[in-house]
Amino acid sequence: MLEISGVTRNFGGVHALSGVDLTVAKGGIVGMIGPNGAGKTTLFNCISGVLPVSSGEIRFQGTRIDGMRPDEISGRGLVRSFQIARGFPRLTVFESLMLYGTDQPGEGLIQSLMRGKASIDREKQLIDKALGIAERLRLSHVLDNKASDLSGGQKKLLEIGRAMMRDPAMLLLDEPMAGVNPSLVREIGERLVTIASEGVTIVLIEHQMDLISRLCDHVIVMADGKKMIEGTFDFVAGNKDVQNAYMGSRK
Amino acid sequence: MEIYIISMCVVAGIYAVMALGLNVMWGMAGLVNLGLVGSAAAGAYTSAILTKTFAIPIPLGIMAGAIVAAAVGAVLSLVTRRLKEHYLAIVTLGFAETIRIVASNEIWLTNGTDGISGIAGPFRADLTPFQYNLVYLGIVLLVLLGLYVCCQRISYSPLGRVLRAVRDDDMVVSVAGKNAQSFKLKAFSIGSGIIGLAGGLYAHYTSFISPDLFVPLLTLYVKLSLLVGGVGNNRGAVVGAALIILILEGSRFVVPFIPYISPAQGAAIRELFLSATLLIVLRFRVTGLIPEPHDHPVIPRPGTATAGTSIKAF
Repeated sequence: MLEISGVTRNFGGVHALSGVDLTVAKGGIVGMIGPNGAGKTTLFNCISGVLPVSSGEIRFQGTRIDGMRPDEISGRGLVRSFQIARGFPRLTVFESLMLYGTDQPGEGLIQSLMRGKASIDREKQLIDKALGIAERLRLSHVLDNKASDLSGGQKKLLEIGRAMMRDPAMLLLDEPMAGVNPSLVREIGERLVTIASEGVTIVLIEHQMDLISRLCDHVIVMADGKKMIEGTFDFVAGNKDVQNAYMGSRK
Repeated sequence: MEIYIISMCVVAGIYAVMALGLNVMWGMAGLVNLGLVGSAAAGAYTSAILTKTFAIPIPLGIMAGAIVAAAVGAVLSLVTRRLKEHYLAIVTLGFAETIRIVASNEIWLTNGTDGISGIAGPFRADLTPFQYNLVYLGIVLLVLLGLYVCCQRISYSPLGRVLRAVRDDDMVVSVAGKNAQSFKLKAFSIGSGIIGLAGGLYAHYTSFISPDLFVPLLTLYVKLSLLVGGVGNNRGAVVGAALIILILEGSRFVVPFIPYISPAQGAAIRELFLSATLLIVLRFRVTGLIPEPHDHPVIPRPGTATAGTSIKAF
């Protein structure tokens, strides 16, 4: 579904990505782990078009997407979240969800001036969808709060909710559970499993190993801007190099 | 005296139109534009030249002025597409100055620094000055009302929602599948078009325009209007503009009562009144007299009886 071959990205002299080759098959939750600075977030940035790649090729559902604008990539059903929750502090939670709605003709000038039927009808559909997503992510009671008033955990939930508004084929989630309290972490985890069971492929960057072992069918380990190894969690966790690079060597 | 008061109302109306235009760019989309006066000049000159040279009807001329200003705004937006905040402000300031210098030097087109006089006004020949001012006030108020309704509709539309999102974080807007650049371009051209229309209204009202009318100070007055009235609020834009003109013109009558100052000092004191107003508003009501609403529902949401009004900031 997602094929990455030979992707590099340099920042000045620093090679944040030095030749990443990996393939993500359709379905399930894929974990992406690796020490800080391994290039996980940079890879997400390159896939989502936020950063151009220095070289290499990225294909999504067979189409080459490197070089496309972020909105074009998002329009193809590949949607990402941000590690440090980014969003629209001066919009309400509800408006933030609605913003991610697809195919709203009311975003054109004429439709907005005429309050055209097409845009009002679409708005109704999007409202239903947003309310459903808010319900599932337990955001219903904060819909009218400004996004900036949310707690860190709720912001993470909102990031997932916004992405869900686009009916994504693939979700790239950058540490959706960092800084979230444990009971909410369990909840988010369950939501992700449900979302994945509905046919959305999820790539998850995460540092909590118990989560990765519980949620992910397949784990990719990144180190030094490259893919180090991939496989099931147990296979990966048993690897000596991974233990040295990431989990701390046991004596 | 009546004519003076009416004519100040006309000017306030024209400022209010410009403040509405600025609100689309700055209030909604967060794009700093210090080149408003350039758009106003583009609109004014276009309408003046077209109606004088080709004798086309005034409303068509003003519309053409608005369209030219919108097109110029679109080009400006493309040129500045990588710029934000201060950098954008400086370039737009330069843009307005460029327009002014072109107007001063392209004598074949604009008659240079002598300006264009004898611009047609609606029914001017058939009316007494008093009637003319009154008629023009009516026209300006109608235009203002129409534009206010349009701007409110933009505010409470999916388009307005995207513009406000661009104001907060254009990168996330593009991840949300919207071409942030094209929305910035929309905001810039809609806003510039409205300001160009205001320029046309001004030209046909006074019947004379010259490059030295379109100085950066005018931009600052409009910006001040929106800042005092409430950035992001269309009603605030109108109220702010009225208030700024009231202070600017009203102070004319206060100055003679201030003892021991020369007329020149008196003129300077009028600017002081404006600065004082700005400081007071920023100190006690940083969001302006009529702040931006808490949210902008396109249609009421089921499940909330008073959707959109449930939590009001003020």
